[in-house]
Amino acid sequence: MSDALTSGPPPGAGLTAPDLSARSRPGEAVIKALLLLAAVLSIGITFGIVAAIIGPTIEFFQQVPVGQFFATKDIGSQDIRPAVVPLMMGTAITTAIALVVAVPFGLGAAMYLSEYASKRARKWLKPTVELLAGVPSVVYGFFAVYFVTQIVLQGWLGLEVSFFNSWSAGLVLGVMIIPTVASLAEDALSAVPQALRQGSFAMGANRMQTTLRVVFPAALSGIAAAVVLGLSRAVGETMIVTMAGGAAKNMSLDPGEGRQTMTAFIAQTAQGETPVGTPGYNMLFAVALLLFAITFVINAVSIAIVRRFRQAY
Amino acid sequence: MSVAASTASEVTLATIASGRTRDRDIKSLLFLGALWFSLFFGIMVLLALIIDTAIAGAPRLDGNLFTRFESTLFPERTGFKAGIVGSLWLMATTALLAIPLGIAAALHLEEFADGTRWYNKLIEVNLQNLAAVPSIIYGMLAGAIMSFLGFAFGGIVIGGAIALALLILPVVIITTREAVRAVPQDIRQASLALGATPWQTTWRQTLPSAVPGIATGTILGLSRAIGEAAPLILVGIATVRFLPTGLDSKVTALPIQIFNLSSNSQEAFQTAASAAIIVLLVMVLAMNAVAIIIRNKFQKSW
Repeated sequence: MSDALTSGPPPGAGLTAPDLSARSRPGEAVIKALLLLAAVLSIGITFGIVAAIIGPTIEFFQQVPVGQFFATKDIGSQDIRPAVVPLMMGTAITTAIALVVAVPFGLGAAMYLSEYASKRARKWLKPTVELLAGVPSVVYGFFAVYFVTQIVLQGWLGLEVSFFNSWSAGLVLGVMIIPTVASLAEDALSAVPQALRQGSFAMGANRMQTTLRVVFPAALSGIAAAVVLGLSRAVGETMIVTMAGGAAKNMSLDPGEGRQTMTAFIAQTAQGETPVGTPGYNMLFAVALLLFAITFVINAVSIAIVRRFRQAY
Repeated sequence: MSVAASTASEVTLATIASGRTRDRDIKSLLFLGALWFSLFFGIMVLLALIIDTAIAGAPRLDGNLFTRFESTLFPERTGFKAGIVGSLWLMATTALLAIPLGIAAALHLEEFADGTRWYNKLIEVNLQNLAAVPSIIYGMLAGAIMSFLGFAFGGIVIGGAIALALLILPVVIITTREAVRAVPQDIRQASLALGATPWQTTWRQTLPSAVPGIATGTILGLSRAIGEAAPLILVGIATVRFLPTGLDSKVTALPIQIFNLSSNSQEAFQTAASAAIIVLLVMVLAMNAVAIIIRNKFQKSW
């Protein structure tokens, strides 16, 4: 049938129709498949994380009762120290201090960059603020211990804080996430259409009123997402809290004392000589799974906020 | 406006003075002052950090810093040769792993993926999540991959590089996508109209046009990788006193050396750590500066 069509002119027609279908290119298909594979690998990473953590976690809960893990005090054998609630408290307190620093300063910087700065100033100011996120966390940790704790808190302010304390860990952590909050919030503010601002000015509002009452509410979903992402950064950051926050489980609420966070626990235990397979080693994975779950939920909330409340202009 | 009025402050004050009298009441000026303070607070902290470290580390910014290995006996002569060279090894290996993979994934998502397919949607959501996973978790995954591949002991170059590559992969993918998306549709259509296949269009037109954006994102990702310590601790990287000889050789990194020294109470070690921090900061800030220059100079506005 196809032979009859392609070979020789069909009876009665003076012209042969040119073949317009694309030549098949097997190489092209291979390349596309490779690109797809690279993209699918990113899903593999997520599954890999869960797979890597869940095995030792199951083993841990066979060795240690769940009740001892979700406890405020270490009970049971002394060498495991299974209680995780003090670690969650540590994370919560340092994160809260960090957000108290990062949210106002981050939003203030974002409002200035988006609503007040000239285009040229913004081009250089924004990268400068973003440099704060580029400073390695181990440098921030060193700075927190030897400058913020010893010189600022104990020296200049004369506070009675211990060598390891949550004030310096939280404050420096806050500085570190300012750019995360500022950068995303600035994107959200800049995305508010000019017409809204012009409308506000035309009604006689000044720049501050326009920023606070028109632009800020219009960008609220993006700003909320920025704050939530800053929160998840603070929860997951390791080196600052490991170096400046100390290694003691502490249920008190006094930020002047040191306390171990979830991430600090993982880093400090991994550094020690805990033999593989022991409950002490497996607890690392149980805490990591909890940490992964917490950041996963925080992040899902952030994505949901943007999806649900985004205004389409 | 005079030439001198070039900073943001002067421009803003000039705007206020020139006509917007409504912006001159005390509340507005206080508000502007608060915004200013927010912006410069971070920059002030950065300056304090740099100045404090420079003063503390200056006495040890000598040749020993670069030519000697760590010494626990002679803190005044201890060096960071192993850490500096090790960090460069780790960064190069990380780049080899993360950049091709990241660009390939980004090209699939931007140029070839059918966004309505469920698996492409899953990849999208998944990428957003991966970008927020704590770095320490990537260290645990890399450790599991290493034991799965059958490496008997940790702390080697390829293990650290896998951890860092996993960490920066989402950053590379996201920035590459943005750069590719910014290339106007006209260029692709012109290429296709001249008879190029979709892949030829991507390889010869879209990708070259997106190179400045991709370079910026990749350099920023690598500068993050070079400063990371937490994932490296999880794959067992500690201090060593030799240089790596291959991908399966034991290695240390500058941030790891700094971290280990910081818990040493002898002041001479802290001075050495401060000097090492200066070296690390110079590396990181130089990479950031290169990225910013590429972004500001070479990025085309179509």
